[in-house]
This record gives sequence, structure tokens and C-alpha cells, in this order.
Amino acid sequence: MQRALVGGILIAILCSTVGVFLVLRRMAMLGDGLAHISFGGIAAGMFFNIYPMLSALLFSIAAAIGIQKLKTMKVYSDSAIAIFFSFGLALGVVLVSLSHGFNADLMSYLFGSILSVSGADITLISVVGILTLCVLAFFYKELFYITFDEESAKTSGVPVERLNTVLLVLTAIAVVLSMRIVGILLVSSLMVIPASIALPLSRNFRQAIFGSVAVSVASVALGLVIAYYFDLAAGGAVVLVLVAAFAAMLVYKRLLKRA
Amino acid sequence: MDGSVLEFENVSFSYGGKPALKDATFAIRKGDFVGMIGPNGSGKTTLVKLALGLLKPDKGKVRLFGKEISGFREWGRLGYVPQKATNFDQNFPASVFEVASMGRIPKAGLGKRLSGADMEAVGSALEIAGIASLREKRIGDLSGGQQQRVFIARALAAEPEFLMLDEPTVGVDQKAQHDFYLLLEKLNKKMNMTLLLVSHDIGVVAKSASKIACVNVSVSIHDAKSGIDRAIVCAYGEDFGRVPHHHHI
Repeated sequence: MQRALVGGILIAILCSTVGVFLVLRRMAMLGDGLAHISFGGIAAGMFFNIYPMLSALLFSIAAAIGIQKLKTMKVYSDSAIAIFFSFGLALGVVLVSLSHGFNADLMSYLFGSILSVSGADITLISVVGILTLCVLAFFYKELFYITFDEESAKTSGVPVERLNTVLLVLTAIAVVLSMRIVGILLVSSLMVIPASIALPLSRNFRQAIFGSVAVSVASVALGLVIAYYFDLAAGGAVVLVLVAAFAAMLVYKRLLKRA
Repeated sequence: MDGSVLEFENVSFSYGGKPALKDATFAIRKGDFVGMIGPNGSGKTTLVKLALGLLKPDKGKVRLFGKEISGFREWGRLGYVPQKATNFDQNFPASVFEVASMGRIPKAGLGKRLSGADMEAVGSALEIAGIASLREKRIGDLSGGQQQRVFIARALAAEPEFLMLDEPTVGVDQKAQHDFYLLLEKLNKKMNMTLLLVSHDIGVVAKSASKIACVNVSVSIHDAKSGIDRAIVCAYGEDFGRVPHHHHI
């Protein structure tokens, strides 16, 4: 449980920060897309007997770069995501059908499972997670500029295309690190919901980031504790807490308007 | 060329075979306040985008501060206020200060935090733009005219020598427009900043600018005082009277 909590909180911070950029750039579905793509990576890892988190990481990073490449070749970004999305899923399904032995383990990646989080998982989540946060902090003001106004950012000499790729790669990493805890199918909620709660309540970007992180950490911690004591699926519990928080935000906004 | 801030040499550009700019040759010199006029679709915005390196010319050369644009890296010497700048997501969570500080990035350097001196420069940019008291406000809560000033402050934050503005007053009320042009005159005369102002408002351009560039696929530059009639003819044609002239409301 402690392991899951440490990993969960790191993931909560990472996903909610990336999520603010994605939501503001209308790329909310990117996390979901990359998660499905990494399903292919997980299946490949199991098939070839490689550590699945590692193969998933390589797979989703490659896909992130591929999506960005397709965008520069004038393919619409949602189409580019959809193409890789289906490719990853198709590859995963084919590999699963080729070998019949690993379905139970695969389920733990699809829906997440605290109990199956290993020491290796936590090491990977911690090291890569902290590195990723450092990269985000390093490019914080440039990513903020691009998110607000891509064209003007270009005229300020900000390498927009390269940083767009960086953001995609960071998203891919966050997705893979999160799926052990919340599962492939629920990963995107960790990116989208905290940001969607914080954004309408924020007066500046700093508030949006910190608000999103606070909501996310609190929800993940609460969700994991509930899941642990009531023996529920961790990913599901976390996401239900997040959705409840989102509903509470909507009610609060409405009350505020009336007052 | 000595003292030339922006230079176009036989520049042509077309969108899918349709020429937007043909053999444009002109220079803007240090201290100039150039007002750029021309009918819709005449290539004004294309010209600005070429000058910023956002588009690459099919033919010809664009130079900034004497340097060819493909090798130009000193983006801090340049400020840009885009067309429809105020057309952003009004719910975007960003304070006035945060937006203005984006403009400081070319001076601060990539991946570097803004230093105390950078913060001060942003502060004085807000001061010049006359919105220092709004610095903590969410940008979406401001009026159109105030938002316009935030984008000016963003462009000024890098302390540029050359400022390009593409139809900056679209959607801004009359009073705010008037104040805005006074601010531009101040930047040009008191701070010796070179300005390129794209506008459809010939009256304002003739009054504030020192030179007029008329764009109609080709480009020519005239003196604002003596050459206004010629500028209008070259931009809009001899039969200008037939062109309906009304202000957008």
C-alpha cells in the first residue's frame, strides 16, 4: 500500500501538470490515445519477455514522435492520434491472440492493480517521473507561451516544433508510468479531470498548475485509501473520486454565480 | 544596407500558385514609423509573416538588421503584436503579468528563469503600456482595449528596437484606439523605436506615421505628408472612389 501511495502521488503530480497544457491546447484525448498505443507495447514486452513497462515506454515515446511527425506532414492531429491508437491496439490484440498465457497479467495493466506494483515499477516511476518533472520545470515558461499563442512564441525564437514533440514525449512517459496504478483505460482521466477542475477556478497560470496538482494528489491519495480499505479496484476508485470532485466544482461555480 | 532595420529584396510569395506578394523591394530604416495600407487580401499580413520568418519567400531575400532572416537569431530586438491578438481563449488562466512576461523569453534565454532585472523590464513594459495597475488581473477579464495593451506590453518586454503591429486595433473602441495611436507615437518619437503598423485606417496612418507603405501584391513606400495621395492610388487604384469606405462596427 505504501508503495502504491508513493507511486500514486508522484504520478498524480506528473499527470496533472502535463494535463493543464493538454487541456488548454484541446489535446485532452492525447493521453487516452497514447495509453491505447502503449497497450501494444505492453503486449510486445510480454510476448518477447521484456519488462513490459520498458517496452511500453519505448513504444509510446516512438508513437508520440510519430504523431508529431504526421502533424508536420499535414495530417490532422486527432487523425494522427487515431491512426497510432488503432495501430497500438491492433498490435496488442494480435500479440495476445498469438500467446494465450498472459491474459490475467495483461488485465492488471488494463485496469491497474496496486497489489501487483513491484519494486522495479516504483523505481522506474520515481526515477523517470522526477526526470520528467525536471524537464517540465525547465521548459515551463516556453510551454506556457506556446500553449497561449504558438505563432507569437515562434517570433520570440521559441523552438515551437521541438517543444511540441517534447510535450508529447512527456505525455507518453506520464501515461506509461501511470498505468500500473490506474490502468491503461483510465490513465487519461488523471490528466484531464484535475486540470478541468482547476482551470475554471484559476486567475493565473501558476494557480492553474498548483490547483491541478493539489486536486490530483488529494484525489489519488483518497482513492487509493478507499480502494485499499474496501478492497476496490484502485484505478476506478481514484477516477470516481476525481469525477466527484469535478461535480463539486461545478456546483461551487454555480453557487458562486448566484451569490 | 546601413541603418536598415527591415529589408525586402525582390521578394515573392504565393499561396498555392496565387501570388500574394510579387517582387517586393523596400527598406525600413531606423527610427521610421511606417504605416502599411492596402485592400483586404493585398498581402499585408503575408508581408509581416515573411518579415518575422513565419513564412519563407519563394524568391528574393528578407533581411532583419542587415542579417538574412534564415540566420537571424536576435529575436529580442523585435516585437510583434499579431492580428486578432485578442482572439485568444478568454477563459485562459493567465494574469496580465504572466502574458507580458512571455515577451521577455528571447532576452532571458530558453530554459532560464526570469531574473529580477527581467521582471523589472516586464514591469516597465506594463508601465509604458499604461496597464501597470492591472498586472494581477486575469487577462480574460479585461476589456478589448486593455487586452490590446497587454499584447503591446508583451512585445515591449524584450525592449525591442523594432515593433511590428498587424491591425492591432480591430475590435477596439474609438477612445482606446486614439490612446493607442498616441502610445505608438510616443514609442517612436521618445524611445526612438522603429515601427511598422499594418492598418486599414488610412486617416490614422497618414496622421501618425512618417512613411506609408502601400501594398497591393507589390509594395511602394511614400512620405506620409507629401505622398499620401499617391500611396492611396497605388494601394487602391485610381478609381478609389468606387471602393466602399466604411468603418467596421
